[in-house]
Amino acid sequence: MPKPFTPKVVTANALIEGDVIYLTNSGEWSRRHEDARLFTEEAPAEAALSAAALQASEIVGAYLADAEATPKGPKPTHFREAFRATGPSNYAHGKQVDL
Amino acid sequence: MYSYTDFDEAFVRNRVSQFRAQVERRIDGSLTEDEFKPLRLMNGLYLQLHAYMLRVAIPYGTISARQMRQLAFIADKWDKGYGHFTTRQNIQYNWPALKDVPDMLEALADVQMHAIQTSGNCIRNVTSDHFAGAAGDEVADPRPYAELLRQWSTDHPEFQFLPRKFKIAVTGAEADRAVIRAHDIGLQLVEQNGEIGFKVIIGGGLGRTPMIGKVVREFLPEADLLPYCEAIVHVYNTLGRRDNKYKARIKITVHENGIDTMRELIEARFAEIRPEFTGVDQEMLAAIKAQFATPALREGDVAAYEAAREMDPVFRAWADTNLTAHRDADHAIVTISIKAHGKTPGDATSDQMRLMADLAEEYAHGELRISHEQNVILPHVHKGDLPAIHAALKAAGLGTANIGLASDIIACPGMDYCALATARSIPIAQEIATRVDELKIEHEVGELKIKISGCINACGHHHVGHIGILGLDRAGVENYQVTLGGDGTQDAAIGTRMGPGFSAEEIVPAIERLMLAYLELRDAPEETFLATFRRLGDAPFKAALYPESEARNAA
Ligand code: HEM
Ligand code: SF4
Repeated sequence: MPKPFTPKVVTANALIEGDVIYLTNSGEWSRRHEDARLFTEEAPAEAALSAAALQASEIVGAYLADAEATPKGPKPTHFREAFRATGPSNYAHGKQVDL
Repeated sequence: MYSYTDFDEAFVRNRVSQFRAQVERRIDGSLTEDEFKPLRLMNGLYLQLHAYMLRVAIPYGTISARQMRQLAFIADKWDKGYGHFTTRQNIQYNWPALKDVPDMLEALADVQMHAIQTSGNCIRNVTSDHFAGAAGDEVADPRPYAELLRQWSTDHPEFQFLPRKFKIAVTGAEADRAVIRAHDIGLQLVEQNGEIGFKVIIGGGLGRTPMIGKVVREFLPEADLLPYCEAIVHVYNTLGRRDNKYKARIKITVHENGIDTMRELIEARFAEIRPEFTGVDQEMLAAIKAQFATPALREGDVAAYEAAREMDPVFRAWADTNLTAHRDADHAIVTISIKAHGKTPGDATSDQMRLMADLAEEYAHGELRISHEQNVILPHVHKGDLPAIHAALKAAGLGTANIGLASDIIACPGMDYCALATARSIPIAQEIATRVDELKIEHEVGELKIKISGCINACGHHHVGHIGILGLDRAGVENYQVTLGGDGTQDAAIGTRMGPGFSAEEIVPAIERLMLAYLELRDAPEETFLATFRRLGDAPFKAALYPESEARNAA
């Protein structure tokens, strides 16, 4: 039996800076996880991923990552994605201070 | 120290300008990521979790004061003011922007450094004993051979697309400080009937199937080094599996074909190609050797050292742990700990790099080393200068007296930086070191090597840690598995897995229980953790790790 689809965001790294970005409702890329568009169905998620993969001169390595809805916007469900959304734990570097 | 020839210089500069053009074409969209990725990896540029990462080779761990200053300059100008020294004698920058990388490589080339062959399925940065050329116990300095191998392997046409990455380590002493038995080829300089040669070991490796290397040749004459290594890599290139990346390393080739078959094939190929090596390599070697001559060591009395030992217990503790015997009795090898309790193992700020460069220039013939244990070494220091060096280090947060002790932990970048990680390793290292410092027990515990990897790739050498910790993802939660009894020296051994893993909260107390149990179990203070484990086996240590199940069994 195929696994039921869990909600996802499209994420990648920015080509020049290399930092983590998320696809938003308007089809732009945001540095903030909570701005991401949350896909609750598989087909549109896959379609958005394929479209994103074509933006080769802006982004690198797009993929779908699990997330859940909260009143403040989507939030990561796995700790790896939580680190990507905040930054490393040994220094106050990355998104936790840049945003 | 080795200085680039015109050929080296032109080669490195040429690579930088090639890469500059490739980056431009990537940014303007003419190269796709699929096209660009192999090109950037060839130049040491990875994409990690939060940013790009540039991995710079420090061949055989030797670096000049001038180069160290340049690393500091690069850290300030294009990164966040620090660098991470790794177990592979590299330095990694965690935050470069793609557009700046060609400038960083140019700045490296200005001091004869580069990031070539720090990635990809080629022969990687050749590593060596960080005490090479200074240690009292070596047959000869291994670095000229490492440099010869580096020149031979750089851009070698036959070996740019091996089945998998290929790592060579060379040591000059029986006491193995370069973990040669966990490398694809491990070379140990030995002397036989007054002649210098190599013991050749192949098929070691860590990763998901750890293996201790096997001796393929007990004695290889010095002059046969390149043809023999070429024969090994050739046999591997032909036989190594390309169908499955997890079975592609030479350790699996040796395991599947057996060391005897490998030996036959290697010797046959060696006999075939040996005549092609007409001695040019030996002329090169002679020229290289001249560049590794020991600096003129100064004379002078060591009274200041003796006095500081008497007067200053902090200095004495540091001298007891951080100094190693130099082959000249009035000199010492200084290991600078970049493992202050609670700090990230292997990280040095640009200020610290500059200070170490200054000290090297003032007191240590302008030379530094990077160890696979992620520390920095001043290889030739007159003992009379030690008090001044210690005072300067202490003031810069570099005076920690913990070399070889519980807080001198190897940790890979783990989930804080690495895209392949399954769990974090740095915070676990920070917490263990902080705890050990609170308990003030590490000097009593004595020699203890704790090594942490953030996934099965084992970049943190956990398999060969006396205590190895492997971070895994168990159903979306970080989980840490403990192995005991590993050893990366001449008595190399892969650690044994103890049992179920621990959560991020449980792992530090579990390590603490192990240390306390050891103090109870040892015969005498001289019996190390590893020796005690070897004498007693798993049982008492398992009992310390899992007291609940122990209690249940007793009930
Ligand atoms: C972006 C970061 C890194 C990536 C993607 C990476 C990738 C890998 C992979 C895939 C392996 C397994 C190779 C195999 O079993 O065939 C490996 C092994 C290893 N890496 Fe890394 N690594 C990274 C960082 C590091 C760092 C920071 C160090 C040094 C501290 C390091 C040192 C090693 C060592 C010593 C091994 C095991 C020895 C062996 O090759 O068998 N790596 N790495
Ligand atoms: S062991 Fe795993 S987590 Fe650690 S650096 Fe290597 S690949 Fe990354």
